[in-house]
Amino acid sequence: MKTIIFKTASTYLLPLLVLFSVFILLRGHYLPGGGFVGGLIASIAFVIHSFANGLEQTKNLIKFHPGFLMPVGLCIALISGAAPLFIEQSFMTGLWFENPIPVIGMVGSALFFDAGVYLVVIGVTLTIIFTISETL
Amino acid sequence: MILAILSGFILAGCTPFISKFIKGKGSLLLPLLPFGLFVYFISYLKEIGEGQTFKFSYEWVPSYGINFGFHLDGLAMLFALLITGVGTLVFTYTTSYLKGHQYLDRFFGYLSMFMASMLGLVLSDNIITLFIFWELTSISSFFLIGFNNDDPKSRKSALLALSITGLGGLFLLAGMVLLGFVGGTYQFQELLSQSNLIQDHASYGWIVGLIFIGAFTKSAQFPFHFWLPGAMKAPTPVSTYLHSATMVKAGIYLLARFTPLLGGTPEWNTTLIIVGAITMVYAAVHSIFRIDMKGILAYSTISALGILVFLIGLGTEASLLAAGVFILVHALYKATLFLITGIVDHETGTRDVTVLSGLSKVLMPVAVAAGLAALSNAGAPPFFGFIGKDLIYEATLAYGNWAVVLTIAAIVTNVCLLFAGLLAGFKPFVGPLPSNYAALHLPHPTMWVPPLILAGLGLVFGLFPSLIEGVLVQPVFSSMVIEGAPVHIKLWHGFNLVLGLSLLTLTLGVVLYMILKPSSLLFSKTLKFEMIAPQTLFGIFGKFFNAFARFWTGLFQNGYLRNYVITILGFLTILLAYRLYQGVNLYIDTAQLTSLTIYEVTVAIMMIVAIIFTVFSRSRLVAVASLGVMGYSICLIFLFYSAPDLAMTQFSIDTLTVILFVLVIYNLPKYKNFSSKAVRLRDAVLSIFFGSLIAILTLEVLAEPLNRETSIFYAESAYLLAKGKNVVNVILVDFRGFDTMVEITVLVIAAIGVFSLLKLRLKSIEKE
Repeated sequence: MKTIIFKTASTYLLPLLVLFSVFILLRGHYLPGGGFVGGLIASIAFVIHSFANGLEQTKNLIKFHPGFLMPVGLCIALISGAAPLFIEQSFMTGLWFENPIPVIGMVGSALFFDAGVYLVVIGVTLTIIFTISETL
Repeated sequence: MILAILSGFILAGCTPFISKFIKGKGSLLLPLLPFGLFVYFISYLKEIGEGQTFKFSYEWVPSYGINFGFHLDGLAMLFALLITGVGTLVFTYTTSYLKGHQYLDRFFGYLSMFMASMLGLVLSDNIITLFIFWELTSISSFFLIGFNNDDPKSRKSALLALSITGLGGLFLLAGMVLLGFVGGTYQFQELLSQSNLIQDHASYGWIVGLIFIGAFTKSAQFPFHFWLPGAMKAPTPVSTYLHSATMVKAGIYLLARFTPLLGGTPEWNTTLIIVGAITMVYAAVHSIFRIDMKGILAYSTISALGILVFLIGLGTEASLLAAGVFILVHALYKATLFLITGIVDHETGTRDVTVLSGLSKVLMPVAVAAGLAALSNAGAPPFFGFIGKDLIYEATLAYGNWAVVLTIAAIVTNVCLLFAGLLAGFKPFVGPLPSNYAALHLPHPTMWVPPLILAGLGLVFGLFPSLIEGVLVQPVFSSMVIEGAPVHIKLWHGFNLVLGLSLLTLTLGVVLYMILKPSSLLFSKTLKFEMIAPQTLFGIFGKFFNAFARFWTGLFQNGYLRNYVITILGFLTILLAYRLYQGVNLYIDTAQLTSLTIYEVTVAIMMIVAIIFTVFSRSRLVAVASLGVMGYSICLIFLFYSAPDLAMTQFSIDTLTVILFVLVIYNLPKYKNFSSKAVRLRDAVLSIFFGSLIAILTLEVLAEPLNRETSIFYAESAYLLAKGKNVVNVILVDFRGFDTMVEITVLVIAAIGVFSLLKLRLKSIEKE
């Protein structure tokens, strides 16, 4: 599938799709979207890139093993859930900053939790797909 | 108190980190833990003797009424002292016995874990925590029996012991739960006040039966006794500690503890008397045919446990007193004999009594200890064993109509036990010394001092029974008999029938010892009866169970995905069909339906075409692509009916699924028809049935009145409580955030699974 059109398109698609996935992640709390879908879109972006340019290229691009994202994401989700414990509230109480941040909007512990989900989904999907395509 | 109990677990947890220290000089410090605990319990002795009891309570799972409630009374005290006292000696003994063993640290870890669980068991007031500690003793015993884990026999014995005691434990749990249910509390002291209520309850028989199975398996009563001789594969300190002095007495403890609560009924007494009597006679007779010192001691232990069960079963004041005293008597002499066996084995390399003789010339202090223990076991005056045996005869003689039969059974048992004791404690040390043992020398004092102390105590308590009468025997008695007369134990009762019986036993035992010489010929003759032994029957049952499990697993877990799917769908279909057979409530309000739009019709046609392609296509790629089309069509339907979140997710998932399929298909062999026409027809029928049932079910849901409470709650609260406008997302990350947390964890596990399965296989291929 290494046609020139696909190859060229994928180079532009990758950053666009990743950006789009982050956008989906951030808007999740107010409009359709969220960490899970965002993560899937980002994974698709990388998979398309690997189809067009070969797995090795994509791996070089990411620099580290995608599986690494799984524990990182889990930790972020866990910390955002455990954060309320430090101010003596129960596990997973939603905490929010007083004022909205420009561009992103309201920021709270739920967003960090969703970011954790986002990273885990990317990690899981890419690990599975890369492993299968490498091994078979 | 809780620290006293948990200290053993803490030490066990530390052993891996201080293993170097333990293997070096540090091992000599370890006995300090049981010794410290021993002193700690001794400090309560005076108050206990005055009739006080102590309660300690710590909350654990208050919602289920389970707490760490500990209760220290006479019975608990006796066992606590045995556990920590014998524990101190066994810990000390082990430092020499297993010196330089590569897993010495592990051994001490298991041993202290066992000690802690045993302490927890006898001190627990809450019957659920009692059960937990009970199981912990089984588990630590498993590790200790299988300590020589490179020996298959040792592993097998450990497994056998665990399966028997573990099985009994399950019955015990059921009994405890039932008891708590009937009594309305799990606190033993509170249950005690409701004794009458429980004894009159319809479930009383069940409670007693279940608790009996628990106690009989643990205390090696007939027909569950056979795990104990096998457990002798363990290193000697373990046999001493677990399988003579403490763990096997856990069942006895349980029965003694529950006597005031459940005892006194015909069911209770008759069962215990029968089981106890069979066990004591059966095992005692068995013990005289053994030639391995440990085997002799194992069977005589079973027999002694039988005596205890029997005495508790008699249930009179005299018999319970006898039981209380005999627990101590037996622990003292049996632990000594086991320790001595260990020394003899350690020095000579054999435990065969037909070979051993004359060892007193080289191992004098050991011989002294052995002699003392054998005499206490024989019940010769002025040893403590004499008091114990007198009390037993007093108890049986006073038991109404059956006095003669029971007394004869007791005499037969005692004669055989006496013989066994002489065989193990006397025979190896007298006679000429074989030349190959002449070079033996005495082991390190840490090995021969402990048995000497134990044997010495047997003599001291016999000479001065007043030492323990007030502080120990009386409180033990009061915890079993709520309102009994004050007890008095003494060595000399004057000339009466009991003394006559004692002398008769002694004479018969010695005569038997003179006549019957142990030989392997005799031993092999007993093996002929193995055919009908409970052990063999249990083995057959185990084999059958295994075969059945294999058949059953093979039937359902056959490794073919298609068969799993067929089983699941088939089962569901039958279930649903049955449900629908009972009545279908289909009601579709045609007036409420919106009219069909052109794109809905288009999507429906697309789906049907896609399905036809998927099923009948002869190319894999086409089938997968049509499946993708199918998925996208569903996405569109989600979109039409305003579920954009679902549509987005479905869309991404479908894309990834198709990609995965393509990746895999690339490497599969050419598409072929493996299934016959009949199989395909079967699958088609199943699919059609399942699909239609689901469709009917979905339509039926529509007929139900809609309950919007949940959705209204989420819709209203999403912004107020969680500051989000997208309800789906708010539910995922906030209201049900914990679920999501667990789900992503599961995802990670799945990914790791895929990764390791494929990568590991790759590596093994590369190696070849």
